[in-house]
Amino acid sequence: MRISTVKIISLLFFILSAFYLYTAHQIRVFSFDEDAPFNAKTFPIYLGYLGMFLSALYIILPERTSTEVNHKVLDYKSSLFLVLITIVYGFIILKAGFFLSTSLFLFLSYYFLGERRWIWMFILSFPFVALFMFLLHGILDIYLRDPFLKMLGIIG
Amino acid sequence: MIEGILIGLETALSLKNILMVMMGCFFGTIIGMLPGLGPMTAIALMIPITYGFEPATGLILMAGVYYGAVFGGSTSSILINAPGVPGTVATSFDGYPMAQQGKAGKALAIAAYSSFAGGTLAAIFLLFAAPSLSKVSLAFRSPDYFALMVLGLTAVSAFSAKGQFLKAMMMVILGLMLASVGQDSLSDITRFTFGNINLLDGISFVLVVMATFAMSEALTIILKGKDPSRATQQISLSKLGSIRLDKEERNKMLKSIPRSSVIGFLVGVLPGAGATIASFLAYGVERNFVSDEEKQKFGKGSVHGLAAPETANNAACSGAFVPLLTLGIPGSGTTAVMLGALLGFGIQPGPRLYMTHPEIFWSVIMSMYIGMVILLILNLPLIPYIARILAVPKNFLIPLILFFSVTGIYLMSFNNFDIFLMIGIAVVATFLRLYKFPMPPLILAFVLGGLMEENLRRSLLISDGSFEFLWDRPLTAIILTLTITIISWQVYKSFKK
Repeated sequence: MRISTVKIISLLFFILSAFYLYTAHQIRVFSFDEDAPFNAKTFPIYLGYLGMFLSALYIILPERTSTEVNHKVLDYKSSLFLVLITIVYGFIILKAGFFLSTSLFLFLSYYFLGERRWIWMFILSFPFVALFMFLLHGILDIYLRDPFLKMLGIIG
Repeated sequence: MIEGILIGLETALSLKNILMVMMGCFFGTIIGMLPGLGPMTAIALMIPITYGFEPATGLILMAGVYYGAVFGGSTSSILINAPGVPGTVATSFDGYPMAQQGKAGKALAIAAYSSFAGGTLAAIFLLFAAPSLSKVSLAFRSPDYFALMVLGLTAVSAFSAKGQFLKAMMMVILGLMLASVGQDSLSDITRFTFGNINLLDGISFVLVVMATFAMSEALTIILKGKDPSRATQQISLSKLGSIRLDKEERNKMLKSIPRSSVIGFLVGVLPGAGATIASFLAYGVERNFVSDEEKQKFGKGSVHGLAAPETANNAACSGAFVPLLTLGIPGSGTTAVMLGALLGFGIQPGPRLYMTHPEIFWSVIMSMYIGMVILLILNLPLIPYIARILAVPKNFLIPLILFFSVTGIYLMSFNNFDIFLMIGIAVVATFLRLYKFPMPPLILAFVLGGLMEENLRRSLLISDGSFEFLWDRPLTAIILTLTITIISWQVYKSFKK
């Protein structure tokens, strides 16, 4: 017997709901609130039960429309790369500052997606981010912390 | 009233005030297009500028910014599937697919016309019905609000694609679960934070919407890049930017506008409901009004599906002024900021505002209409150029979408935990989307989660823990009967197959 991926996702949702319900029961409320008709854990407890009920229903009931995906045509490599580069961007944005990290993120993303028009790659990374920063910092007065530009003496 | 309208027109049509509306619409559109910066931020940014102005001029500028930002939000929804504000989420359901089919100009034009019509009709409703509607808005109690939210969530699930009701309901629960993360609003007890201080304030709406829409869309495009069934079409720039609607499209739009205006305005009048519920509700109702053939086009670039939420969200923006101006109760975050500005000018909104400051009351209402006209005049010629964003090659567009998503989040919190959380949610959302789990129910549930819990809490506390509040009030009972009807209809349909 073959179990569809959607049923497996529903099973995972059932487990998530069960874990959520367990965590909801662990929420510590004030002692005077313990027997109140509604406290901080009431709504999450309802949600946990509802989540388990709905996912169990999906697992039990027969599927009327199948949703299978052809994994052979999916480009996991490029997607994974983009996710990884965004994670790295997230790591360096505070240390290197907005300008340098964002410009590098954009430039590298263009490159790894197969772009080789170097002039456009440059324009749409460093000058583009500079312009965006000017809009935020210079016009809208939204402060962006940037140790790199501060070191260069461009922003205060 | 005629005298009041004339006073309002005189004030709103002065050269200085027209210039203010134009400036407001222009800057509002630009700020609204930037993810993470919605109407609330746009108006907040204007407050220091308006301090030196007369109250009417300041409010006129803010009204212009408000409408401009809502339209700007629709633009990013349609072009890159990145709704920066909750009110424009429903716009992306059909606006984005339409833009993907090479009709970005048309989609933006439909959005502009519908916004204009919705805002104009709502301004007229506001003119005649504001005082009496303020009483209606006060008639809604916590049980009614709770029932209304349950109805909204059930309806949005029922209106998802055929045979997906259970999947959509699971997404509703997931959205409510995400909304429950952070401090409990009443007791400040932390929930589901697992000791992480970054989660104390909960997960931001912009983060969830950017992750489930913009970022996950970008990842899906890359993921399906090799899929021959999704081979990208070469679309000419002139077709992409064309704003000409044919007769059929115009007729469809004209049919959707009146009913969505009424829905949008009435929902906007209710404090706390606002443009988000209005647009979702209008989208769901519209789907029920159209033919079976048209129903199949919903979610795939339907004119009705785009016109309805766009009309409703602008009508709701006008409707939100009813409780603000007549009762002094802000119906949404944006009107709360405007209330702050009014108080800053030394004006106390409320039932006596007509008498004490008629020029302000009426000039704000008249400037809304003028703002709509100016917004249309300013934006229509720009649409062909704005639409060309989609002609940017995929290799450039995808990283730029990721950049706007990450920046939108970074601008709000200035920490990288939110960026990682967004990436995590986006990866899960991309996987769920592959298996046709709909995202709109998750977003609506996330938006309504806090309000729903709040209203359930009040209802249960008032009724001393008894669930009798569900049928005690006729209004609650009617709304819940509608909900049960929708669920029963879904069950009947699944057995009928």
